Amino acid sequence: MARRITFMKAINEGLDMAMEKDERVILLGEDIAGGAKVDHLAKQNEDAWGGVFGVTKGLMPKYGRERVIDTPISEMGYMGASVGAAATGLRPVPELMFNDFIGFCLDTILAQGSKMRYMFGGKAKIPMTIRTCHGAGASAAAQHSGSYYGILASIPGIKVVVPSNPYDAKGLLIAAIEDDNVVVFSEDKTLYGLKDEVPEEYYKVEIGKAKIKREGTDLTIVTIGKMLYVALEVAERLAKDGIEVEVIDLITVAPWDQETVINSVKKTGRLIIIDEANPHNNTATDIVAVVGDQAFDYLDGPIKKVCAPNTPVPFATNLEQLYLPNADRVIETAAELIDDLKK
Amino acid sequence: MEKLSKKRAEWIYKKMNDIRNFEDEVHQIFSTGSIPGFVHLYAGEEAIATGVCAHLTDKDYITSTHRGHGHCIAKGCDLDKMMAEIYGKETGLCKGKGGSMHIADIDKGMLGANGMVGGGFPIAIGAALRNKYLKTDDVAVCFFGDGAANEGTFHESINMASIWKLPVVFVNENNSYGEATPQKYASGSKRIADRASAYGIPGETIDGKDLMAVYEAAGKAIDRARKGEGPTLIECITYRNYGHFEGDEQKYKAKEGQEKDLADRDSIPEFREYAVAEKLLSAEKADQIEQTSVEDIEHAIKFAEESPIPKPESLYENVFVD
Repeated sequence: MARRITFMKAINEGLDMAMEKDERVILLGEDIAGGAKVDHLAKQNEDAWGGVFGVTKGLMPKYGRERVIDTPISEMGYMGASVGAAATGLRPVPELMFNDFIGFCLDTILAQGSKMRYMFGGKAKIPMTIRTCHGAGASAAAQHSGSYYGILASIPGIKVVVPSNPYDAKGLLIAAIEDDNVVVFSEDKTLYGLKDEVPEEYYKVEIGKAKIKREGTDLTIVTIGKMLYVALEVAERLAKDGIEVEVIDLITVAPWDQETVINSVKKTGRLIIIDEANPHNNTATDIVAVVGDQAFDYLDGPIKKVCAPNTPVPFATNLEQLYLPNADRVIETAAELIDDLKK
Repeated sequence: MEKLSKKRAEWIYKKMNDIRNFEDEVHQIFSTGSIPGFVHLYAGEEAIATGVCAHLTDKDYITSTHRGHGHCIAKGCDLDKMMAEIYGKETGLCKGKGGSMHIADIDKGMLGANGMVGGGFPIAIGAALRNKYLKTDDVAVCFFGDGAANEGTFHESINMASIWKLPVVFVNENNSYGEATPQKYASGSKRIADRASAYGIPGETIDGKDLMAVYEAAGKAIDRARKGEGPTLIECITYRNYGHFEGDEQKYKAKEGQEKDLADRDSIPEFREYAVAEKLLSAEKADQIEQTSVEDIEHAIKFAEESPIPKPESLYENVFVD
């Protein structure tokens, strides 16, 4: 049996193995080591932080400051530098500490990195993996808790992945770093402590392929990131009422796996999407549009989505819990679709 | 720094003429409606692109601006394919998918004109970071206008280039106007080069109409970068012959005084006179270069006009590396 390690350790191991394998892989970000030019740390070859959550801990001591580069607090500078380094042959992995900081550096992704290959007639390759984190539930409030993978997923030329567990995190990260395109790897910060089995070897999880986590015949629930666990709880509870839920972990939000989702809907006739992003123009709305268009005849009712409300993330713990989609809300939504559940 | 040789003087004179002829022709053709979109012409600023790129090889990188045709030509991009790109043709440098504002040729180290003002700064330092990481002695040059100097990317990128001692040269083309707004209005510091001291790097302001002034300042800065001594900021005072874009009425330009004097200067005959006097160029050779340049641009126009438009299916190509 494989070892059980945390989501955070799995990401750290993925980075480590990718760096071990390919010298062109470099990391850039704010305090991804920490303590640059501090004499007493340099003498001991120690990092101060290893990232604000400790995800990159130990990588600077192993690979040196040439490859694990602490940047000034200059998101557009180092994100754009990553685009330039990728266009000229390196495979940078910049870390955007919180996805909420995207405003500072969006140009380098929206107008530069994602478009270069197309604008330059196919001559450029931008093999760059942007690691960032999203998600409410850590009492970090409005400017450190948003879920913006859907905004990035709407830009042509970039792939966006959102792992839900340690196994996928390691394999997806390695796949992202090996990919010759811009890939956004969005980590839910509240999953960092989650433990699961992770093989020690170098392996890849396919980008663009969803996974069926539980099979069922009555209702399909598609989830993004940690919303998987909400769906699994819903499936357990509904099973007691004889309702069999099929749970699909989307894993990749751009390009998302239309085939797996549509095939499931053809079988169950009902679809709920759980997406922690704000409710409008997000990944869930795109899934509604595509499934509505391509599987309309198979549907037994409207496609439903359960998302965060159209508000910023609140600070107070009770409000933050109300903000997050939960199993009760999903079951109420399911009751609108399934007669047997109607009270 | 290498002293200007006859061979290099000829190369410079040819490139200056190519840029001027290319831009004057695009100006004419644009007015007929044959070229779609927006074009921002480099005519008047030739001494800068050529004086800098004379020191570069295909392995060195440059980032460019809205006003990018001159940098492309000086960096060695193919004139026929450039013209075809501006026409939106399949044979263009970017297969007709980039156009004037996004023209690029990575094989030549040309990392793109840029539709985003200030977009080139971080890309240039990224290329320089790559050069340093791979322990090459290649450099990156970031061309930018006076307007771009007020973007946040200027600050973040120059600061990072300084702390990491990156092999990059920031070449400011101060043509007095960012779009229709005078530099003297938009910048708190009178001289853009003065800001270099805030980042702990050398900065100087030079006469951007004087080819030799650019050649020498750029040579020194590029040598310094190649030796691993870090970045330099060079502010070149220049002027554009045309408007911000084609169709700009240029109501803001001065009709007399110092600005008009600068506008009336032409670095191409100035350099010819210098090079002939210094025996770097014979009058016959100069005449011959002028003639060849006219023919080369005529050839480029013919090539562009006769080239096919892109195939419809190419709309979907090259979004991703497959």
